[in-house]
Amino acid sequence: MLLATFMTIAVATCAFFLGMILGSLGAASKLSRSPILRQVGQLYTTVFRGVPDLLVIYLFYFGSSQMLMFIARAFGYMGYVEINAFLTGMTAVGIISGAYSTEVFRGAALALPKGEIEAAKAIGMRPWLVFQRIMAPQILRLALPGLGNVWVSSLKETALISVTGLTEIMRQATICAGSTKEPLLFFLIAAGLYLFLVSFSIQVFRKAEIWTSRGFRRN
Amino acid sequence: MDLTFIFNTILTLLSGLPLLFKILLPALTTGFIFALCLALARLSSNKIISSVVYLYIYFFRSTPLLVQVFLIYYGLAQLQIIRESFLWQFFKHPYYCMALSLTLNTAAYTAEIIRGGILSVPWSHYEAGRALGMSKSLLFRRIILPVAFRQALPAYGSEIILMVKATSLASTITLMEVTGIAHKIISESFRVIEVFIAAGSIYLLINYLVTRGVYRLEYQLSPHLREAAATTKIQII
Repeated sequence: MLLATFMTIAVATCAFFLGMILGSLGAASKLSRSPILRQVGQLYTTVFRGVPDLLVIYLFYFGSSQMLMFIARAFGYMGYVEINAFLTGMTAVGIISGAYSTEVFRGAALALPKGEIEAAKAIGMRPWLVFQRIMAPQILRLALPGLGNVWVSSLKETALISVTGLTEIMRQATICAGSTKEPLLFFLIAAGLYLFLVSFSIQVFRKAEIWTSRGFRRN
Repeated sequence: MDLTFIFNTILTLLSGLPLLFKILLPALTTGFIFALCLALARLSSNKIISSVVYLYIYFFRSTPLLVQVFLIYYGLAQLQIIRESFLWQFFKHPYYCMALSLTLNTAAYTAEIIRGGILSVPWSHYEAGRALGMSKSLLFRRIILPVAFRQALPAYGSEIILMVKATSLASTITLMEVTGIAHKIISESFRVIEVFIAAGSIYLLINYLVTRGVYRLEYQLSPHLREAAATTKIQII
């Protein structure tokens, strides 16, 4: 169970960082001037926030091996290609959490005072420097509470990856429950592990919030 | 991309819709009533009641729904007491277990939403009600709850969407609703993307309708904000 817990943490962490990358790209395209990019961003967030997570996991689990086989065929390889459950699970949860992080980052970017960006431009900063020095640090601070929620929900979503056979907490609990005939005990242990992970991460995010807003007055 | 295959898949998947609603609607209604009780208990001045309810909410919000479903369906079946009592008639059916776990789960989330709504009602509303000589229950029924409900509506709308998505977990305990059927079609035909589009569009349609319905309700419940908007427009002109 302990090993499985590390697996859960690993999948959730990778998925969360993938989600952060996709989320910043998504937010950038949703806030961009190009209507096509805005449409793409809108489609991404609507689809992956509106479709059940389980269905998305099935899509990536069954779809990715099919896709890889197709690519392999194109290159003349006729064998069977299998993709590992860790990668597909991580991608699926990462893409879902990316859709939620998009909205978090977008909200944070919209909450920035316009005057600061104008001021930065007025003293002659280039757009990239404005982003790097003025926007990015503040967006991260404002997005922190929202990102905490996204992290907790992707941690819980990893339980669904158990359907693909990856031995994380939930899958391990099911196996143990099957072999010992004590489902109640093992699912309670699983619940306890998730409870611990979630409580611990809430504490960490609370500390991080206090740390990042130390220069600001509390209301 | 094979359009006729997608269309046929949608038709097949629609046969899972009645089961989806049969899980969703009872869970939402009983969950809402239970959540109202939980929210009131959480706000009660009795420390023991409010901390017990807090623990309940904390447990159901911090563990994955899948764990809760498995605990109720597989876990409770292990207990001798349950298997020998009349409750077994209830717990041996995956349908009832799924509906029960969704109810308990949504109650925990909704309780926090309602509590937020109640806490956002301005104190002056209580004072005005008391000044009119309203009894505590009348004040609650006529003033506090309607205002709290309106405040909580947007958050409750996204909770409904989460619940629609959560019904897909029923497929893990042998219930064939939309996701379950989609899984079956995928493993028979290996046409993943087409099936995903078909099943995804059904869920997106349901969620779109839910969002529209909630917007509409919100619009109708806040006529005071509409008038304010209209007058400011006139002032600008």
